[in-house]
Amino acid sequence: MSILIYAESAEGKFKKVAFELASYAKKVAESLGSTVTAITFNVSDASELSKYGVDKVLKVTDSKLNTFSAKAYADAIQQAAKKEDAKLVVLSSTTDSSYLSSLVAVSLNAGFASNVVGLPVSTAPFQVKRSAFSNKAFTVTEISTDVKVLGLAKNSFGIVPTDSSATEEDFAPSINDADFGIKVESTEKASGKVTIADADIVVSGGRGLKGPENWGLIEDLASVLGAATACSKPVSDLGWRPHGEHVGQTGKPVASNLYIAIGISGAIQHIAGINSSKVKVVINSDPEAPFFKVADYGIVGDAFEVVPQLIEKLKAFKAQ
Amino acid sequence: MKILVCISHVPDTTSKINFTNNDSEFDTNGVQFVINPNDEFGLTRAIWFQEQQGATVTVVNVGGPETEPTLRKALAIGANDAIRINATPTDGFFVAKQLAEVIKNGGYDVVLAGKESLDYNGGMVPGMVAALSNFNFVNSCTELTIDGTNVKAVREIDGGKENISTTLPLIIGGQKGLVEEKDLKIPNMRGIMTARTKPLTVVEPVAADTNTKAVKYEKPAAKSAVKLIAADNIDELINLLHNEAKVI
Repeated sequence: MSILIYAESAEGKFKKVAFELASYAKKVAESLGSTVTAITFNVSDASELSKYGVDKVLKVTDSKLNTFSAKAYADAIQQAAKKEDAKLVVLSSTTDSSYLSSLVAVSLNAGFASNVVGLPVSTAPFQVKRSAFSNKAFTVTEISTDVKVLGLAKNSFGIVPTDSSATEEDFAPSINDADFGIKVESTEKASGKVTIADADIVVSGGRGLKGPENWGLIEDLASVLGAATACSKPVSDLGWRPHGEHVGQTGKPVASNLYIAIGISGAIQHIAGINSSKVKVVINSDPEAPFFKVADYGIVGDAFEVVPQLIEKLKAFKAQ
Repeated sequence: MKILVCISHVPDTTSKINFTNNDSEFDTNGVQFVINPNDEFGLTRAIWFQEQQGATVTVVNVGGPETEPTLRKALAIGANDAIRINATPTDGFFVAKQLAEVIKNGGYDVVLAGKESLDYNGGMVPGMVAALSNFNFVNSCTELTIDGTNVKAVREIDGGKENISTTLPLIIGGQKGLVEEKDLKIPNMRGIMTARTKPLTVVEPVAADTNTKAVKYEKPAAKSAVKLIAADNIDELINLLHNEAKVI
């Protein structure tokens, strides 16, 4: 028996979530007395996984799978799980992994818990804690099926280097043409920018910025910190910023290590979207802004005075 | 074209979340329930297809009689008819099985479901329905056009978007973008009056497994008070973020 993880990659390189999943699976494997197997798609060098506790890598190499295809990937993962007699399949909560997790769960007759935020509370019965109600609460969820699928929330466990030596095996799942009912015609990606999904730090602006012409402040601060940029709902509704940057209950959830909110008062829906972030900094001229109630650090002040100073001081700090 | 829109009955996004019965049950006291926002985008898009392309729109929900006002609201917005599957939605798989049965019996071409509901945020029902019904499936869908049986869709990906072509039958995990928020439909008086006479069929559930159950609820631990830093003392903020929080 083993635990199977889907080690997500892009352009032949593992995403950080792959190492977090490996670290998580290793820890669970220790308590279950099992091993960790990873499945990879079109990654030529999978050796990095061995630094995080993976015992075996199933390498799928197939040019048809160069572009992510939920059904085909799900089929391959299901076949890998059967081959390895995996009782636990762990995926992340990225957009792509969330797309295929439920397909994997149905094909394995497995109970599925998404947005899992920690190690199992208990392994018999199998119970995990997951976030719910848009991060306003948690549930302890019990999975009663023989095979279980988990979707691990980003940054909920962290990356833990562990020495192990992984064996590698080529794996050729049978993929049907019928799996490719969805055809990707083209992809549009903002190049060179840190995405909210990958970011450890997110700098977010609200209506306090007064207009899209002032967004340079947010971008400059993000650039110094290597952060992604985001915004509140009113800002995307007003068309100052694209919808893809809207953070909140009906927008994107953010689970970064550091979230800096500038000129955002902190509506309940916005707070719900960022609650999983570890450290929250709020800069707002209104000392009564509700965001201060959930922030770790706060500055009551005018963004147009505070942020330029912060950018300069951070540049000096980074240069040290 | 026959469209089915899956409607989740969820607490309003401004709701404070509490639990009762020794933290084993969600406390519905004082909570206002609404159409799940992700479903609302799908519903408005479906009504657009109805108005522009002559589609029929059925809304469906798995829930007890208390969810009927939510279905009536969907009818007031413009759906032709509604189905309530008379069961407590125990988990995502159970709900997906019920929906798949309705789809099988109703011969729908397109199923629009929100990519997740804002109560349990499982994000699993659209994919499970797709797997059970063997429909093409686009998740996190932000744009959708249909011409005959040909479909063009846009899917959100991390840091961008993907342009997709596919064919019917199709299930969508939809979200903001399917229509602009300003175009979301609000029931008018005529819609509300008409909704009262539109068919709302109650069907009994089929046997299905419940694979997961919430055994206990918790609220996040209370936070310590914010550390306020003077606006002219940015060095202190950098010091705290570096040495105390260790995030820069």
